[in-house]
Amino acid sequence: MDFPGLLAQLLNGLQYGLLLFLIASGLTLIFGVMGVINLAHGSMFMIGAYVAYLVTARWGSLWLALPAAALGGLLVGAALEAGLFRHFYAREHLDQVLLTFALILLFEELRSFLVGNDFHSVPIPALLDFSVPITPHFAYSAYRFAVIAICLLLAAFLFLWIERTRMGAIIRAAAEKPEMVDVLGIDARRVHLTVFAVGTALALIAGALAAPLYSVYPNMGDGVLIISFVVVVIGGLGSVSGAFWSALILGLVDTLGAAYAPRVAGLAVYVLMAAVLLWRPTGLFGRRA
Amino acid sequence: MGKRFATLISRRAVIGAGAAAVGAASLPTRWAIAQAKPLKVGLMLPYSGTFAKLGENITYAIEILIAEKGGKLAGRDIQFIKLDDESKPENAPQNAERLVKRDAVDVLIGTVHSGVQMGIHKVVQDSGTLTIVPNAGNVAVTRQLCAKNVFRSSFTNWQPAYGMGLAAAKKGHKKSVWVTWDYAAGTESGAGFKEGFEKGGGEVLPILSLPFPQTNFQPLLAQIPGLGVDVVGSFFAGGGAVQFVKEYAAAGLKVPLCGTGFLTEGTLEAQGVAAEGVETGLHYGDGLDNPKNATFRKAFKDKAGRDADVYAVQGYDAAQLLALGLDAVKGNIEDEANLYKALRAAKLDSPRGPISMSPAQNITQNIYLRRAEGGQNKVIGIAAENLADPGTGCKLA
Repeated sequence: MDFPGLLAQLLNGLQYGLLLFLIASGLTLIFGVMGVINLAHGSMFMIGAYVAYLVTARWGSLWLALPAAALGGLLVGAALEAGLFRHFYAREHLDQVLLTFALILLFEELRSFLVGNDFHSVPIPALLDFSVPITPHFAYSAYRFAVIAICLLLAAFLFLWIERTRMGAIIRAAAEKPEMVDVLGIDARRVHLTVFAVGTALALIAGALAAPLYSVYPNMGDGVLIISFVVVVIGGLGSVSGAFWSALILGLVDTLGAAYAPRVAGLAVYVLMAAVLLWRPTGLFGRRA
Repeated sequence: MGKRFATLISRRAVIGAGAAAVGAASLPTRWAIAQAKPLKVGLMLPYSGTFAKLGENITYAIEILIAEKGGKLAGRDIQFIKLDDESKPENAPQNAERLVKRDAVDVLIGTVHSGVQMGIHKVVQDSGTLTIVPNAGNVAVTRQLCAKNVFRSSFTNWQPAYGMGLAAAKKGHKKSVWVTWDYAAGTESGAGFKEGFEKGGGEVLPILSLPFPQTNFQPLLAQIPGLGVDVVGSFFAGGGAVQFVKEYAAAGLKVPLCGTGFLTEGTLEAQGVAAEGVETGLHYGDGLDNPKNATFRKAFKDKAGRDADVYAVQGYDAAQLLALGLDAVKGNIEDEANLYKALRAAKLDSPRGPISMSPAQNITQNIYLRRAEGGQNKVIGIAAENLADPGTGCKLA
């Protein structure tokens, strides 16, 4: 194992982990506040990637695609919450899982109908289409550095929102003691709508950011959904900071695994999840039950 | 959607064929019946999904050859029964059964996807239907699982990679590694490259791979500087190939990249300058200077409105093989002994150059060395002349 190679792998792990965090943070917030297991969250990632593909193909700029994905995410999230999910909070988890599974199929069919089943690549924006040499023999794409920066920025905003604002305080309260929110006479519906919209928008942004890196193809949300669930479980259900650290850990384990132990890499993250579940069932950063 | 459409086509086709058979029954001899009945050609190809364009190009090329022969082969009309296999291996046995049993096709031409090919292979091994493979390159079909009624007009995964390995070693490279997807086409081409490169005196490190169709190439690319190789070989195709070649260039690696032709086939426009100078081995290329190629490319452009590619050539040769076999038995496809004998001895003039049939019934052909230059895969030499797949494990004598 050479040292410069390791440096590149650490950067890859960081970049992948941060992208995972964007997706998993929405998943964990939606579960924490509303108690819904949203299997359709991976479809939101897929939609974000297709938005990036369509917008760059039409107007030639990923910079336009990012706000489009964010805005679209807020709208789709709000519409799903108000139109569907709101009526399922009181239902059993099985009902919720069936609903969100149906949504996966629905979104894939829509995607197939509207955009087709082809594999697409999305060009890296011209401004960032160069590489920064990090060792004499290896360069790292400027776009990947930009992805790292954008993800860190979004993570910072998310923390400020949750830790420093009134809405954030309510979200934390709702995640820990949902009945308190009702007792205090807070309009929970507004909180639910906002959390769902923001969580969905983060997944779409993640998809749009990922499009130039991982290409755009049918069912691309499935694998992402599963690994995001692993992030949420390891981080502790409902914990945003837990999701952050566990996303970084998984990003590194997965990337280093793929590089240095490809035979077992696919397994490594799931073994890690099983170990965490045995050792600390509430996750590494979750509260002890 | 596509499949439903295809079902409609074949249902109508069956009714038509029934009527023709009734009409023919009043004719005096068996020979005459054979002549009067149209030859049913089942085209089991992808007409939707990622490989739709490949299926279309193969179909156009087959139709071009039939038109060149005046719309008939050995005096028999041709009736196509098209079935969209959607590149779905799980539906393959059922789809192949439908063509072979219900539609009772005389010939099956298919397909593109290796997994679907295995499904077809199982069915036609039992039914004995004459089958011509116009693309799928999984070696098993013309090695350990070879069958007397199955012929391949395309290539094995081994062939282009073996040629590329030879050419890379000939250039003086000593140590290499193969980067690919972990599935049949990737590992079989890796084996071919290793064999060719080692034959030329080089050494190949263990394969670097990731699951199909993932495109998280960075963990693999970052390892390359530490390996001490002087050339990297690779198999990827389609969107994955676009991504890989671009990331390889962006990583600023000082080691040249080469691979099987699919790395730069139909993807050069999307790859842009990143692909410039990448050398690949394939049984076709741009600027192949022979009259057959010139005529074919013009005919294809007129019919399809786009340029011919390697898939179109493979489709054309599938139809050339069928024409040759039928001519040898004067249209009587039931005469299996003579049909197979003629096909096994086939020597054809293809747009890709001279081709012939190997004992394991795969095409023997030149593997060209190409270099990506200004948006074209320019042929710069022959990597391996008249290369036959070894056909290891095939017991057809």
